[in-house]
Amino acid sequence: MTTVTTAPPKLSVPRKKFNWQRLLLWIFLGLGAIFMVAPFYWTIITSFKSPAEVSQFPPTWWPADPTLEHWIGLTELRFGSFAMFFRNSVFVSFTVTALVLLTSTMCGYVFAKHKFVGRDALFIGILAMMMIPFNISIIPLYAMMVDFGWTNSYWPLIIPSLYSPFGIFLMRQFIQSIPDELLDAARIDGASEFGIFFRIVIPLSTAALSALAIFTFIAQWDDFLWPLVIIDEARLYTIPLALSRFRGRTTMDVGGLAAASMVAVIPVLIVYLFAQRRFIEGIAMTGIKG
Amino acid sequence: MAVAQEPTTAAPAVSLRQRFSNEKTQKTLFLLVVLVPMILSFVVFWIYPMIRGAYGSFTLWRAFDPNMPWVGLKHYKALFHDPIFMRALRNTFVYALMYLPASIIVALVTALAIEASGALRGLFRTTYFIPVVTSTIATALIWSYLYQPSFGLFNQILELLHLPTQSFLKSTTQALPSIAFYALWKNMGFTMVIFLAGITAIDRVYYEAARVDGANSWQSFWGITLPLLQPAMIFVLITGVIGALQVFGPIYVMSAGGDGLPGGPANSTMVVSVYQWLMAFRELELGYGSAMGIVLFVIILALTLFQIRFLRRRWDY
Repeated sequence: MTTVTTAPPKLSVPRKKFNWQRLLLWIFLGLGAIFMVAPFYWTIITSFKSPAEVSQFPPTWWPADPTLEHWIGLTELRFGSFAMFFRNSVFVSFTVTALVLLTSTMCGYVFAKHKFVGRDALFIGILAMMMIPFNISIIPLYAMMVDFGWTNSYWPLIIPSLYSPFGIFLMRQFIQSIPDELLDAARIDGASEFGIFFRIVIPLSTAALSALAIFTFIAQWDDFLWPLVIIDEARLYTIPLALSRFRGRTTMDVGGLAAASMVAVIPVLIVYLFAQRRFIEGIAMTGIKG
Repeated sequence: MAVAQEPTTAAPAVSLRQRFSNEKTQKTLFLLVVLVPMILSFVVFWIYPMIRGAYGSFTLWRAFDPNMPWVGLKHYKALFHDPIFMRALRNTFVYALMYLPASIIVALVTALAIEASGALRGLFRTTYFIPVVTSTIATALIWSYLYQPSFGLFNQILELLHLPTQSFLKSTTQALPSIAFYALWKNMGFTMVIFLAGITAIDRVYYEAARVDGANSWQSFWGITLPLLQPAMIFVLITGVIGALQVFGPIYVMSAGGDGLPGGPANSTMVVSVYQWLMAFRELELGYGSAMGIVLFVIILALTLFQIRFLRRRWDY
């Protein structure tokens, strides 16, 4: 189990008069940081500019006459309203995340703390499934969804994602570190397996659960290829699908595009800025384990 | 609960035995409730599709047509005579080769710089990670407008500096590098954080010892930092290759001109995943698309195994 160390031991740099090297480093990193956030800045100010100002040269760095028209325009696009797409995305992402957390913890608990015939073989099989690329399963899955009559519904976005090999792996690794004595004590006190699961395993797994939640939610919020294949009806669009309708349009509505992109970016960005350490360490942790 | 009556044994023994069997049935029940749906789900949505996909690649499989006549290796032979597929395969590798080495070097340099940046370490780490958590489709769309030839921000900046403007995504030679550059911006923070975690975990004692022995910082980088980052490096390379060879979203969003199909201009950004999508879900040639999926899978698997072997040996000190 790889853990991310939080407090790094500092390099013991003896304090001299003025640290020019560090100042240069800050300037270098500062320029890079500006480059990382500049596209977002450009998008936000563009979404508040009037159509005339959007195409002005040289570009303005602050909207001269801020307007909300692009944002309001998002609710009356020719294929629907972004309020609806936002709701759809929130519904799918939250549902899948909640269910994946539940199933991953249950299965992870069983693989970590129960003995049964064929357990290790089954677990290795699950790990091996992570090697199956989506390029192979996407076409047969699509054909299955057609057979089930599930196209143009949310079932294909939710049901096949209910169990995550990666989530099970992550939770099993984490739950292994919960001491057996704790579970045995609860058993002696007469707790049922479900009781132990809900009252001991889940409360003790919050660190891993929050990492898995962030990872799953971002992956779902970002998911594009599968929804693109399975959903045609605009009323069911998630945000990435709705955004892709803006792609390569020759009749430019840059302001509208900027506002629409921000609908996808801003909610995650706000949560990220409040819980950035959780995000970074969660994603790095899930990344390293995966 | 089969144990009902055991007339000859004493009372406490019965209750103990009963309690044991209760616990056992309860445990079995729990295992069944957890594992049966899990196995069912994996068989139906993971294993069966893989088998059906592999089988389908040998058949004339068309959407909405229940007949799947066996055609043997026909699709595979056709693939290697399909100029667009060969172009897509080449583009996929070119994309990976442009994006991966650059992203690893930039991420490593940034991670080293951030580690040494003292008080501002947290701020920089947070900022460089922002593109990673934001939506791929949204940022790809934003970038395609930054690249826009007549009023995109990049050309406006070039014009202000009196430099020649570029056509970026509209050019057959610049489109793929432009998308690779976007991917570098989008994903660099992730690689950087993996390296940063690796660097932070290195024991300072090694550096102190090296300094006592008179090593300069360049020497300790090659002698200590890089070798000890081996696990992070292997992870970054393997996941990077897998991700780059399967790239879809950014190409789909950024490569289209007008209402055209993705992969343009003139197939210069056509990659395997995009061509597979076009063939399977536009032309409804599910068999042909499945064959592409299998080819890509074999390539990815071979490269992954090769990297695990090669990198372990190369960096074993």
